[in-house]
Amino acid sequence: MAVAVHEARAEHPPLAKLVKDATRAASESSPVPGPTDLPEPDDEGPLYVARRKIYPQRVKGTYRTVKWIVLLVTLGIYYGLPFVRWDRGPNAPDQAVLIDFPNRRFYFFFIEIWPQEVYYLTGLLILAAMALFLMNAVAGRVWCGYLCPQTVWTDLFQAIERWVEGDRREHLQRDREPWTLDRLARSGLKHFLWLMVAWWTGGAWVLYFADAPALMKELATFEAPLVAYMWIGILTFTTYALAGHMREQVCLYMCPWPRIQAALTDEHALNVTYRYDRGEPRGSVKKNAALRALGERVGDCIDCYQCVYVCPTGVDIRNGSSLGCIQCGLCIDACDAVMAKIGRPPRLIAYDTDLNIKRRQGGERPEIKIVRMRTLFYAAVIAAVAAVILYALATRRSEGISVIHDRNPLFVRLSDGELRNAFTVRILNKSLERRSFVLAVDGLADIDLKVVGDAATTGRMVIISVGPDQTHELRALVSTYSPLPPAASVPLTFSITDAKTGERASAVDHFRGP
Amino acid sequence: MLESRPADSKPDVDALTGTATTGHAWDGIRELNTPLPRWWLWLFYATIIWSVGYWIVYPSWPLVSSYTTGAFRWQSRDAVVSDIDSLKAQRAPIVGRLAVASLQQIASDPQLLEFARAQARPAFAENCAPCHGAGGAGARGYPNLNDDEWIWGGTLDEIAQTIRHGVRSGDSKARQGAAMPAFGRDGILKRADIENVADYVRSLAGLATDPKADPAAGRRVFIDNCAVCHGEAGKGKRELGAPNVSDAIWLYGSDKAAIVDAVWNGRGGVMPAWAGRLDDGTIKALAVYVHSLGGGEK
Repeated sequence: MAVAVHEARAEHPPLAKLVKDATRAASESSPVPGPTDLPEPDDEGPLYVARRKIYPQRVKGTYRTVKWIVLLVTLGIYYGLPFVRWDRGPNAPDQAVLIDFPNRRFYFFFIEIWPQEVYYLTGLLILAAMALFLMNAVAGRVWCGYLCPQTVWTDLFQAIERWVEGDRREHLQRDREPWTLDRLARSGLKHFLWLMVAWWTGGAWVLYFADAPALMKELATFEAPLVAYMWIGILTFTTYALAGHMREQVCLYMCPWPRIQAALTDEHALNVTYRYDRGEPRGSVKKNAALRALGERVGDCIDCYQCVYVCPTGVDIRNGSSLGCIQCGLCIDACDAVMAKIGRPPRLIAYDTDLNIKRRQGGERPEIKIVRMRTLFYAAVIAAVAAVILYALATRRSEGISVIHDRNPLFVRLSDGELRNAFTVRILNKSLERRSFVLAVDGLADIDLKVVGDAATTGRMVIISVGPDQTHELRALVSTYSPLPPAASVPLTFSITDAKTGERASAVDHFRGP
Repeated sequence: MLESRPADSKPDVDALTGTATTGHAWDGIRELNTPLPRWWLWLFYATIIWSVGYWIVYPSWPLVSSYTTGAFRWQSRDAVVSDIDSLKAQRAPIVGRLAVASLQQIASDPQLLEFARAQARPAFAENCAPCHGAGGAGARGYPNLNDDEWIWGGTLDEIAQTIRHGVRSGDSKARQGAAMPAFGRDGILKRADIENVADYVRSLAGLATDPKADPAAGRRVFIDNCAVCHGEAGKGKRELGAPNVSDAIWLYGSDKAAIVDAVWNGRGGVMPAWAGRLDDGTIKALAVYVHSLGGGEK
């Protein structure tokens, strides 16, 4: 942090000075406490820093609308998805998205994943990471500003807070008053609503792990498993604490992404930027208008602090990008409203780059470069991983076989001199119907297959029936009179073929001899 | 390079952030002494208080000859016992089916067979593997349970009988048979006869014989002394526990010295009775498991 600050000072002497002035001005004139409110440093410095309570002001505009839409869509998906039905026939649940831990299955619409197919999840996580990096390369921390659950729930909680306790000014006024009955009632109502939202958040979470309507009924009649209530309790607490009380503290102190993001970003990424080339020097509306009439160069910023008041993390965007800025663009909406009122062009604060500010200062045309090596690379990785996952899904087999050779003994000599190897064979039937498979083994001229517990074995093949969505483990004995070379290890192919459809899967192991 | 400020000077406050620095500087880069957030500090104190709760609730402090037991006398051993109990309760239905099913029913029901095999595997490792080997492959003097030669019979019932009562174990229903006499040590046969009969036995199994041996003499000795238990063709007699000596499976080795040793000193393997040590369900599961290793007979 210190590094960035010193660099900024070296490269933009005027900006640094302005920042200092702004900080001083802020701490003197505004109700927003500045850094001077910190505990007085003693020899060791302060032990802790108290959280400044933030009262974000209501705002209207483009980015606010986008944020409302994203909030509705994401929360709508989260709360509603467990109730979406998807018919899979009689042998499987009809919930579209279900993580079925007891039966070790994951259902996602037409996809059903078994635990050993966890690589799909790996692929999904790679996709998620690359999508995050791509977003970062295009527009910095837009994930933080619009999509992050911490932001979405905090946004919702702040909306409830403003609705119950009033907008910034009203809320500040109320907090200065003594505890009247009205204030107490409003505060109580706010916490009650927060807890209801938090409780519903935890409730929706557990619905992903069991049949949603059935679990709802069980929860209501206190017949649900204890673990469901525990998870609802845990998530109620975390939602209430993180979205209601911790808020920007999560972004500032807990979340690793701002740190990683700072290392991943580059100078072409769009950031919410205060265009100081246009905004400075600041002044009052009247003074600036007078100076402008005289032909003097004055800035558009009138130091109205609207950008600071609307910020959900309490950042002053005019100080440049910082750890606290989540790139939500609400300050852009606030500033645009002010610019419209004072008759100046909008977008004094905008999604822009520091490079463009320098270009403008140097009389060059600003340029936004979204297509560049970095974004192309991320896009290519996303496309490649998505293609691999889709290919794997499209060619996913509904049957499988795995074979393990007995470790001890490797082979058995029978009384008539025949050699026998034993294998543990597991047959997987991933389809939702009972299927019959022909299990066959090949690889030696003379071969005899026997399945323990199955009398119908003949020669090289045996018919095995496996229930819907199940596996069946069996012990296969393979014996031969064929002469083998010393310390033989002859490849054997175990195959299963669906008796009806002819679909086939196979696995290779070895026949071992003395 | 690390430069330090003198210890007595005022803390250096960074003008831009208003935060004190630690006073350390590396190549001109100074380190801010950013204070912790208050909630973090409170959480830290809360964990300290929480730990006191642990001392009260759980066993924690060692004393001279014991320890503080905690308010509820919680013990990890009790937790294990309750875990095992809940597992048993979970398995109760299929264990109940296993208890009433006959061995043949278990072997022919795929679900019971899978369960019995899974249950028997650890029981085999604990009780049988020391002699018969982890995979039942046996060792010199301890039969291989995977192959198709059975000294006392290889049907499900015969295997269960052997496991329950053992071999020459002192149990009243133990496999007794006839222990092989020490023909040489007790002076029943002469050294040369034993050498001859050993070669004859090898010839029964189709193994190479010593060219100096006398097959006719060996055969005579065998008929007179061995055939009563092992049969004239050396096929053995299970009711006596006399193994087949004409096939490819050799409990004590097939070389001449091993056979001479067996005839000279006699043989008579033992196996403990497991009826009092293992419950009947486990014994049934073990019988099915051993039968399923590959050599089981109808």
